[in-house]
Amino acid sequence: MSYRLRVNPIACEAHGMCAELLPERITLDEWGYPLISAEPLPESLLEHARRAAQACPTLALLLERERARS
Amino acid sequence: MSSAASAYAQAPPPSQPAGLPRLLAGVPAHGALSLQEHLEIHGEAPRKPRRRRRSESPLIARIEAAGLLGRGGGAFPTARKLRSVASAGRRPVVVVNAAEGEPASLKDRTLMRARPHLVLDGGELAASSLGAEEVIVCVCAGARASAEQAAAAIAERSRAGDSSSPRIRLQLVPNHYLSGQESALVSYLNGRRALPTFTPPLPFEQGVGRAPTLVSNAETLAHLALIARHGPEWFRELGTPSEPGSALVTLSGPVAHPGVYEIELGASLFSLIDAAGGATDGVRAALVGGYAGSWIDAGRLPSLALSDEYLAQHRARLGAGVVLLLSEHACPAAETARVARWLASQSSGQCGPCVNGLQALAMTLTETARGVARAKAEERIARLASLVQGRGACAHPDGAVEFILSAVQIFGSEFADHARLGTCEACALAGELPIPDAAARAHGGLRRARLA
Repeated sequence: MSYRLRVNPIACEAHGMCAELLPERITLDEWGYPLISAEPLPESLLEHARRAAQACPTLALLLERERARS
Repeated sequence: MSSAASAYAQAPPPSQPAGLPRLLAGVPAHGALSLQEHLEIHGEAPRKPRRRRRSESPLIARIEAAGLLGRGGGAFPTARKLRSVASAGRRPVVVVNAAEGEPASLKDRTLMRARPHLVLDGGELAASSLGAEEVIVCVCAGARASAEQAAAAIAERSRAGDSSSPRIRLQLVPNHYLSGQESALVSYLNGRRALPTFTPPLPFEQGVGRAPTLVSNAETLAHLALIARHGPEWFRELGTPSEPGSALVTLSGPVAHPGVYEIELGASLFSLIDAAGGATDGVRAALVGGYAGSWIDAGRLPSLALSDEYLAQHRARLGAGVVLLLSEHACPAAETARVARWLASQSSGQCGPCVNGLQALAMTLTETARGVARAKAEERIARLASLVQGRGACAHPDGAVEFILSAVQIFGSEFADHARLGTCEACALAGELPIPDAAARAHGGLRRARLA
């Protein structure tokens, strides 16, 4: 099962917690909004990603199961 | 080979290829066709059998065979959209989208004003094929004549009395650029503001009143109404194999009769300009696809064909059928900077990268056009563009970036001159590209439009 990170850009208010908790995959743009790497999330980062998603004050960071390509 | 038919009575009789006009058939060209006139031209719509449980309406297969693509800008196969809604389970709702927020597009309001019954036929037929009992017709509050004709046509049909038909109601929506965006429209119809929402769920999964919802462009449904009558082979007599049929195009700029024309898909740009009475001035470039579209240099226009397949080589798409010619006398730098500022103002303000990025892009373009940009403005534009693309909940930031990047590319020498020398004489006259006036904006806004 592979997972990916996605931001709800409407909910995101640029708190920046995600970039602190998951710097391996998330950086911030010049306004403080997250830029998410397109690289796949390895098993070793999954727990960190989950924590980053839970720590987002507006719950804008989503850890989603990769949809099977039809 | 192909040409265009005018929606305007005052235009000279256009040279029409056989089979055109379809949607705009009939006299009066300018005013609305009554139900009786409509029926005299097109005949009765085929009987609308109720969708039976577990079996697909035969209309969907006919639409698929016709190869009808959405005319609202996305060019998505209409049959696939119908199937998605049909398979969602609950009783669906049909939304007729004539909420045309693009300032350079007039085709949906023109169709709604001049041929309301054809659009309503399409909405009813789509509803019947899906088992929907409600059709909601959305028109911008500012398109008053179109709203009036839609209301009159709905009343006329209810007087004519066909109790088996689905209910049709008119909904005015705010005059905002993004009001016609599918999720914004659904949000508005659910009593919230007309702003795009984060997806999923998409409207076909959960739309108006949480029901699966078909949001379909008004012109698309008008074609559907004709395919239901005449069949897929007839539809394919015009157009190209991959983009069959005719399409409405809004042509503006230096031509004798700017306006809405019905063309065969794949028709040459020049046949369209001919139908509009010819160019009245030199042309510097053409904007295809509206303010989410791309600029094409004048040198490439003589061979230009109006189909997505042809336009792909110029990284352009026909979109909602907007073709805008920029005259040689206009300043491309000032014009595009002005539209970029307007596009930034039309962000719904929800997504950070769109709000900040479009503002920064508009500012950088404006400074470049005025010769006061910081060094490396070009690099900054490219970087900002990459920070905006794909980072909004809707496609607005992507469309705006497309417009800006193609302008910077096509008008590269003009921008370079302005960066070096400052404003030109034509800068002060900027205003050739249409943007809604401040009064209309103040009236429309983002809040719910007041119903008269």
